[in-house]
Amino acid sequence: MANLTTKLGRLQMKNPVMTASGTFGYGTEYSDFMDLSRIGGIIVKGTTLRERQGNQYPRMAETASGMLNAVGLQNKGVNYFIEHIYPTIKDLDTNVIVNVSGSEIDDYVKTAEIINELDKIPGIELNISCPNVKEGGMAFGVSCAAAAKVVSAVRKVYDKELIVKLSPNVTDIAEIAKAVEDAGADSISLINTLLGMAINSKTRKPMLSTITGGLSGPAVKPIALRMVWQVTHAVKVPVVGLGGIMNATDAIEFMLAGATAIQVGTANFIDPAISEKIVEGINDYLDTNNFSSVTEIIGALEI
Amino acid sequence: MKKFILDLQITHKVQLNKQNVLLKLTSKDLLPEILPGQFAEIRVDKSPTTFLRRPISINFVDIAQNELWLLVQIVGEGTKRMAEMNPGDLLNAIIPLGNTFTIPTDKNAKVVLIGGGVGVAPLYMFGEKLNRMGYKCVFLLGARSQSDLLLLNEFEKIGEVYTTTEDGSHGEKGYVTQHSLLYNPDFNYIYTCGPTPMMKAVASYAAKNEIFCEVSLENMMGCGIGACLCCVTDTTEGNLCVCTEGPVFNINKLKWQI
Ligand SMILES: Cc1cc2nc3c(=O)[nH]c(=O)nc-3n(C[C@H](O)[C@H](O)[C@H](O)COP(=O)(O)OP(=O)(O)OC[C@H]3O[C@@H](n4cnc5c(N)ncnc54)[C@H](O)[C@@H]3O)c2cc1C
Ligand SMILES: Cc1cc2nc3c(=O)[nH]c(=O)nc-3n(C[C@H](O)[C@H](O)[C@H](O)COP(=O)(O)O)c2cc1C
Ligand code: FES
Repeated sequence: MANLTTKLGRLQMKNPVMTASGTFGYGTEYSDFMDLSRIGGIIVKGTTLRERQGNQYPRMAETASGMLNAVGLQNKGVNYFIEHIYPTIKDLDTNVIVNVSGSEIDDYVKTAEIINELDKIPGIELNISCPNVKEGGMAFGVSCAAAAKVVSAVRKVYDKELIVKLSPNVTDIAEIAKAVEDAGADSISLINTLLGMAINSKTRKPMLSTITGGLSGPAVKPIALRMVWQVTHAVKVPVVGLGGIMNATDAIEFMLAGATAIQVGTANFIDPAISEKIVEGINDYLDTNNFSSVTEIIGALEI
Repeated sequence: MKKFILDLQITHKVQLNKQNVLLKLTSKDLLPEILPGQFAEIRVDKSPTTFLRRPISINFVDIAQNELWLLVQIVGEGTKRMAEMNPGDLLNAIIPLGNTFTIPTDKNAKVVLIGGGVGVAPLYMFGEKLNRMGYKCVFLLGARSQSDLLLLNEFEKIGEVYTTTEDGSHGEKGYVTQHSLLYNPDFNYIYTCGPTPMMKAVASYAAKNEIFCEVSLENMMGCGIGACLCCVTDTTEGNLCVCTEGPVFNINKLKWQI
């Protein structure tokens, strides 16, 4: 049994496996299938200051080795989260991180400020990369100046682990990563979904109500892996890798590329117990290859 | 209800017609309790293009045999793979998912279950339960043509059956909502599952005649367990997940233009 514990900025983690926002509900949806305390962290649904109804149905389409979604951050708002959800998840024996979204800087700041007061939430993941909302969202994540502005504004009011989640829909991911690091991010996660599109040739209509949406799943993994590798070489803060991770081998590849921790997203839909299995798989890999600690494989890519 | 991920083994396969198969599956452990209207999320193995699980209604649970029935209609690659499976093969399923139909409060209520195509699947399990509880059920089943009417023999064992076919090859010619059974709107409860236009027509009939009506929706699903929020339908309470708040909805809750 290798040592799986790792540190992500200020977060102590029992292992590097977390679940990705928007794919794992509030965690409790999965408690019938696995032991939530076995994973390193849960990133809950995208949360905004006020309630959002999200986009119209249809919001998803299956594509080759992946899926497109256009959920559009449906959630009941941060106050509902505190009153109704927080009490049900605060005692989970893992890091429960809230994914924070907004359409204006002020929304991000106010939401972060409110969550800062919650004892059992050790960090937030700032989603400056959602492709599915008209205003804001991804707009913050595609320019260095806008990204830096929202991150530094949130940094002023938030004093726990601040993870910033980057959009892959940019020309130079390393530049954006540097900008958010300079603005005060404790760590960086990537990638969010890639902007994509699907068409039904029979009806000659787009498959999504929003026409375009976010691509996830194994289809995006090579891009995610490349971006994680580029970002870990550009910044000093730790990086959380995600995008298309379906099993322990995929997770290990992200760590070899430089990720300190990883997130499992779309894979949860196919096997709701996969995140726990990935923890076991990483342990097996470490044992088989004579590593005593998972930290030894971070950035251990041999070139 | 606790959900399980189970490897179910196919015991029987009945080819109902070119497009439809009935799969009977068993589990090495006792099957969990499953309510009429609930569904399974089926993993499609060995398909190069099917990535997500597929939602399929529970057609029936034979407790004595520890068997669960799935009625599958081939519409694409995922359902084609399921229909190609054979006795002995394993099918990975998450069960039980979703809610259930509301049982009428009055034992003497006049109940009609209206099904179209493969939408008859959940109605069979519900009708069987109502029949066992002492309710008198009327089934109104519609299909394109005689060979598309599914499980007619089974339905006849548990209630009175009426049919419509678009080509007139069985029962009355036309759509279910045109059937003479509905001329006199004296039913107290209507339950329906089938293509959306059919369900909307039934809902419109029920609304006009102020009859209690529940529909079982078949929205596209990402996870089936309330995690992805992909399967929503617009309701009086905002966007609700069909996989957890449904698939069965009272028409008064839906924002259908009917
Ligand atoms: C709660 C629920 C219960 C269901 N019960 C049954 C059942 O008992 N038996 C059964 O055969 N089918 C049932 N379905 C429908 C079934 O899930 C779809 O037919 C299946 O997912 C299609 O997969 P595929 O890979 O074969 O087709 P795909 O290649 O994914 O699609 C082929 C075509 O079918 C259409 N389609 C895809 N998904 C759906 C859907 N959910 N509803 C309607 N059309 C769709 C697509 O638009 C496309 O044109 C149910 C769906 C839901 C949500
Ligand atoms: C249905 C769905 C909803 C998502 N919602 C969010 C969200 O609210 N906030 C966010 O930051 N990312 C969201 N994502 C993106 C994922 O967290 C993740 O970045 C992306 O799916 C890539 O990882 P994967 O390929 O492992 O799924 C969502 C993804 C999916 C599929
Ligand atoms: S299918 Fe994922 S929430 Fe309903």
